[in-house]
Amino acid sequence: MNSPGPKATGYNFGYLDEQTKRMIRRAILKAVAIPGYQVPFASREMPMPYGWGTGGVQVTAAVIGTEDVLKVIDQGSDDTTNAVSIRKFFVRTSGVRTTTSTADASIIQTRHRIPERPLQAGQIIVYQVPIPEPLRFLEPRETETRRMHALEEYGLMHVKLYEDIARHKTIATTYAYPVKVDGRYVMDPSPTPKFDNPKMDMSPALQLFGAGREKRIYALPPYTKVKSLDFDDHPFEVNRFTTPCGLCNATGVYLDEVILDDQGGRMFACSDTDHCETRRVDGHRGLLLGDAHGQVGGSRHGDD
Amino acid sequence: MYVAVKGGEAAIDNAHRLLDLARRGDTTVPELSVDQISQQLALGVARVMSEGSLYDRELAALAIKQARGDLIEAIFLTRAYRTTLPRFGYSIPVDTNAMRISRRISATFKDLPGGQILGPTFDYTHRLLDFSLLQSTVPDTPLLAGSGLDATPRVTDLLNRDGLIEANPIQECDDVGDLTRDPLEFPATRDLRLQSLSRADEGFLLALGYSTQRGYGRTHPFVGEIRIGQVDVELFVEDLGFAVNLGVIEMTECEMVNQFHGSAEQPPQFTRGYGLVFGQSERKAMSMALVDRSMRAQELGEELSAPAQDVEFVLSHCDNVQATGFVEHLKLPHYVDFQSELQLVRRLRGEHAAAQSPSSTAAVLNKEAAE
Repeated sequence: MNSPGPKATGYNFGYLDEQTKRMIRRAILKAVAIPGYQVPFASREMPMPYGWGTGGVQVTAAVIGTEDVLKVIDQGSDDTTNAVSIRKFFVRTSGVRTTTSTADASIIQTRHRIPERPLQAGQIIVYQVPIPEPLRFLEPRETETRRMHALEEYGLMHVKLYEDIARHKTIATTYAYPVKVDGRYVMDPSPTPKFDNPKMDMSPALQLFGAGREKRIYALPPYTKVKSLDFDDHPFEVNRFTTPCGLCNATGVYLDEVILDDQGGRMFACSDTDHCETRRVDGHRGLLLGDAHGQVGGSRHGDD
Repeated sequence: MYVAVKGGEAAIDNAHRLLDLARRGDTTVPELSVDQISQQLALGVARVMSEGSLYDRELAALAIKQARGDLIEAIFLTRAYRTTLPRFGYSIPVDTNAMRISRRISATFKDLPGGQILGPTFDYTHRLLDFSLLQSTVPDTPLLAGSGLDATPRVTDLLNRDGLIEANPIQECDDVGDLTRDPLEFPATRDLRLQSLSRADEGFLLALGYSTQRGYGRTHPFVGEIRIGQVDVELFVEDLGFAVNLGVIEMTECEMVNQFHGSAEQPPQFTRGYGLVFGQSERKAMSMALVDRSMRAQELGEELSAPAQDVEFVLSHCDNVQATGFVEHLKLPHYVDFQSELQLVRRLRGEHAAAQSPSSTAAVLNKEAAE
């Protein structure tokens, strides 16, 4: 865990002014009260581009307090460029402590992954969402999709999944796989791989979703039923990997494919870098770690 | 053997230092001052103020300097700054009737009260590169008309006297929405549509306006009037009981006069399209007026067939800060999602190959096992 860095002067705690935070908190409360429902909110221009996590950043800014410990991941890693940038932003504007450890974090802002380690009660996970509307690519009009949600008219989505099966014998959606929340709203889980969908179900953590450009917030309160859409004869399946992590030998985790050369050589390693490194510290060694020290290639370091 | 992508933070810091160096360019060339940009790149400054929704020449010029002349980046910088400013009130509507006019033209009447005032315009210049500008120049002093003395009634008001053009709908100021404080929802009312268009990307509106001229939702437009000049910004102060002047801003206003064939209820009449932007920005104001009129198609009972008539399409895509962010976010890592697509495509291809030739099944299985 890293202690607070120097805080930028001239800006309010967490960058946003208190009125704006209040507006966002109201939207979050409404979202928590109606799980899976997309609440419009007056998204602000942020000092990073739309599409780069402005929704998640605004949600985090609205819920973060001085006692919080923040973890930011992108693609499962704390060290990808945009995760670094967002973590630095909060260090500068709020001075809160940061961590790469899933266990130590009170708020985790994420893009495209849910950590492998199960989240705990009291933790908040904030998802960055590009397109909050699960029906968008079936019906581009907001006026239409809002009505479809209101009437619980999700037939179009089932037709789409059915057409996948008819064509490919399988549902050809691998990420941003739609879920039904508490038996009511169909929700986009953000572009996480469908591998992560089961982690959302009955999670003890509070799950908040922010879409800045599209000006929507939605939420899953702790212990909410989240079911991936499927058919009785074609049940939902997660992505499966045939090899364990090359570094920590983990199985049943999501792996990144790393191309090693131009001769078809490649390896697979944990996408969740904290999980991978924790395992290596615990003595697990993958086949490709060779003679290297167990801490190679991880993201934990003390200078951010 | 495996080198993780690590050290992102140091790399980012270094890239930003390199950016600072590239911005400055050759240090033997004098550095641009913000004043120079404000004075000599005034139309770029106007665009940044307009689409950045912040009327401040100095900040806009600073943004252009910081953005190395990339105007959309400068607009983004301006917006991100603007959003941190406190909102202490709403001005009363600016009165463009009382504009101190520097340019005013009408394409619908040869002459009219107040006259045609060309002002500083590129129109009728021959677009020949002026090589004399390679050196420092001192421009000749132009002859100025005694402008601002004659009353300049609006062309649309002159038409309205005869009932030839629709009356402007009256909307109470208290009912006017605020795009920057409330999320835009559809169907959007005209106040919000105009707010959105005024800060919309010039290029996008230009192309949409152009498309209406080429028949995609034709509106038969005439430039009733374009006027550019200075207007007062006033705030009504409750405690004082009257409006106080906060300052003066330059604006460009375009009133487009469009044909309308009439409907069962209404006789044929001209209709209006409206454009209003900060600074001198005629192309933007005209494009805005064309698109505003197009988006009124439904209200006027016209056939809906073209992109420019589609309010949700236009307003959802006209903001260049949103657009550039989302387009450019494709640069961010997507390897988690790509991995799941990769798995699926490999599997589908494997199944396809197996179905095509039974003999290849073994090869596919071997390949799978290798993974």
